[in-house]
Amino acid sequence: MAQTTVAHGAAPAHDAHHEELGFWRKYVFSVDHKVIGIQYAVTGLLFLLFGFSLMMLMRWQLAYPGQALPLIGALLGEARTPGGIMLPEFYNELGAMHGTIMVFLGVVPLAVGGFGNFVLPLQIGAPDMAFPRINMASYWSYFLGGCVMLASFFVPGGAAQSGWTSYAPLSDIAGSGQTWWLFGMVFLITSSLLGSINFIVTTIQLRAPGLSFWRLPFFVWAQFVTAFLLLLAFPPLEGAAFLQLMDRLAHTSFFLPSGLVVSGQALQVAGGGNPLLWQHLFWFLAHPEVYVLILPAMGIVAEVIANNTRKPLWGYRSMVYSLIFLGFMSFIVWAHHMFITGMGTTMAAFFQTTTMIISIPSVVILSSLFISLYGGSIRFTTPMLFALGFLPMFGIGGLTGLPLGLTASDIHLHDTYYVIGHFHYVVAPGTIFGLFAGIYYWFPKATGRMMNETLGRIHFWGSFVFMNVIFTPMFIMGMAGVSRRLYDGGASYAHAQGVLHWNVVSSWGAWSLALFQLPFIFNFFWSIFRGKKVDDNPWHATTIEWAAPSPPPHGNFASQPVAHRGPYDYSVPGAARDYSPQWEAVGA
Amino acid sequence: MSMEIPYTVEARPDTGLTNGKLGIWLFLASEVMLFGALFASYVMLRVGSQNWPPGSTYLNIPLATLNTVILISSSVTMVLAWASIAKHDFKRFRLFMGITILCGFGFLIVKYFEYSAKFHHELYPSTNTFLAIYFTLTGLHGLHVIGGMAVNSYLWGPGSALYKTDPVHFMNRVENSGLFWHLVDLVWIFLFPILYLL
Repeated sequence: MAQTTVAHGAAPAHDAHHEELGFWRKYVFSVDHKVIGIQYAVTGLLFLLFGFSLMMLMRWQLAYPGQALPLIGALLGEARTPGGIMLPEFYNELGAMHGTIMVFLGVVPLAVGGFGNFVLPLQIGAPDMAFPRINMASYWSYFLGGCVMLASFFVPGGAAQSGWTSYAPLSDIAGSGQTWWLFGMVFLITSSLLGSINFIVTTIQLRAPGLSFWRLPFFVWAQFVTAFLLLLAFPPLEGAAFLQLMDRLAHTSFFLPSGLVVSGQALQVAGGGNPLLWQHLFWFLAHPEVYVLILPAMGIVAEVIANNTRKPLWGYRSMVYSLIFLGFMSFIVWAHHMFITGMGTTMAAFFQTTTMIISIPSVVILSSLFISLYGGSIRFTTPMLFALGFLPMFGIGGLTGLPLGLTASDIHLHDTYYVIGHFHYVVAPGTIFGLFAGIYYWFPKATGRMMNETLGRIHFWGSFVFMNVIFTPMFIMGMAGVSRRLYDGGASYAHAQGVLHWNVVSSWGAWSLALFQLPFIFNFFWSIFRGKKVDDNPWHATTIEWAAPSPPPHGNFASQPVAHRGPYDYSVPGAARDYSPQWEAVGA
Repeated sequence: MSMEIPYTVEARPDTGLTNGKLGIWLFLASEVMLFGALFASYVMLRVGSQNWPPGSTYLNIPLATLNTVILISSSVTMVLAWASIAKHDFKRFRLFMGITILCGFGFLIVKYFEYSAKFHHELYPSTNTFLAIYFTLTGLHGLHVIGGMAVNSYLWGPGSALYKTDPVHFMNRVENSGLFWHLVDLVWIFLFPILYLL
């Protein structure tokens, strides 16, 4: 084996209790990847809750348009909800900020910043990330971006109102909240860039001896590819943000065409710009961003499924090849978001074709995960329930995307509730279920204690049912032609009358979903202090993070772990136990 | 913080890279995407416009040529600074690094005169789309020049203390800073023709 050929700088063990750090350096301005990971995860979870709350307010207006919000309506102030009734401007703020917060401040920080930071160095047997101080800078840049976004609710005119996509020219001429949105995005993009460089370098450079690329857990692969997407797709959005800032602050016309008339008056600008330029730059980021949202969750689900079926993943190599291909293809499908912008048929045909091609690797990964279940003696633990829930939910999300990728059917479905249903199935019961699986799965590693299983099951079944109650009606409404971003949920449109009642169903689903998050919140805090104490490897898992103490000390491992085998050696014939950890020598 | 991260100074044998060098290349890749997107925006705006002015309508080609010479020279002195430190000639390193920083200053001073001449003639980013992309691209590039100069100045001044304790580590830093400086130079070599000449 190669373990003796690679000399590491220092055995971290004797450094672990070298010096005691003060409270601020240990828990707040920490450079330890585990603390930063937990900071990311907790901040991300809080933003998920906040973004969800914005949506719960909107769901009232959609279900009962023009009626006063009970209780909360009075608290939001006369400027937003006079007499408890939500103003259209406030509805638009909520919509734009719901999307922004969920994507950029909730899911990505939790999936990449949280799980990536905490788990990836442990899974590859590294003492920390390659650049610990850059890692800290990444978190605080994210934190600042979050503060800017939150502060924007309180500037005159309120937060951004042009949707999370910030389409020009609307966003160019919108109120000052949009400028705050752009500055917030610059901080968030900087954070992602710093993080992605760190993840790639860590994966390439700090793998434990013997841990070749084909021995990496699928989760590490998923984070690795995700990091490349963040690294290469975010800079164009940063460029676009600069251009929009120039339009707003220096009165340039990058996204403003000549002769633009606003509210009956010709806009006094030079003109000559192109609104579609923004869409191209935005979607060049935002389509890879979709895979940034989904790949880490796939990685988590793969780990949990292998562990709970007690079998190696079926088709590990095909899954990795699919992942890489997926990452590459995600850069050349962006214009399928723009089929109805008047692009030529050749362009449309190209992007339609690439979009159909990119579904193939997704299907390979999902099918491999399904086939992995076959013949396993499945343990239905809470993380496994969420992982199993992920499979059909992501499947629905993916399959409903196909009609959107075909130009003919997209003409009807574009910008309707069908689109909302489609991508929420991918991200909400898809990605977020994957993330919940990860929280339940790695909680004992972070705290040394298990989360409560009964509460976990209540959380799962409640979430599973109500996620579907929320999002299935959206397909029906969308196919009936109800547009997204309508202040009254379609009430003033004749063609929407037959499906309006589904708004009420969807809204009650959302509020019920909130109710079923309470067991999770309680479980999370209660288990930190009162959860059942467990040993270092409670799930009898094979990957290297389980070789570290729970919780792992600064520097992670008592001695440098060495990888002797692939990541999923479960139920090896002839072995004494049904799991053969990577860090144990063959024959040991 | 006594825990040590491996491969900060010496290369990992199987990848042949230090962490910092891989990191800086990845950073440069993201920079290429940033400027690439802005160049693509330039193309889209220009192709979509009715009458795109030739650069010489507004811009001073001799001054920009001077700036091109300054910046390319600074890339040469940057390499010489790195070569000097690799040969453990600290004095020559400081000389060449100093010249590199001064070239940066020279570039910015010329740029300052160019900008103020535009403002003097009431030519602003808001005047038309050509000037908008001109100010945005050169402004962003100027910020990169300032960033590179800041890092180089640190390595010339207080950062050079590392040379006494860990010369290899210091040499790596000079190399990484140099890689960034070459990118700044390279971006200008694209900016010069598309804005001034074409």
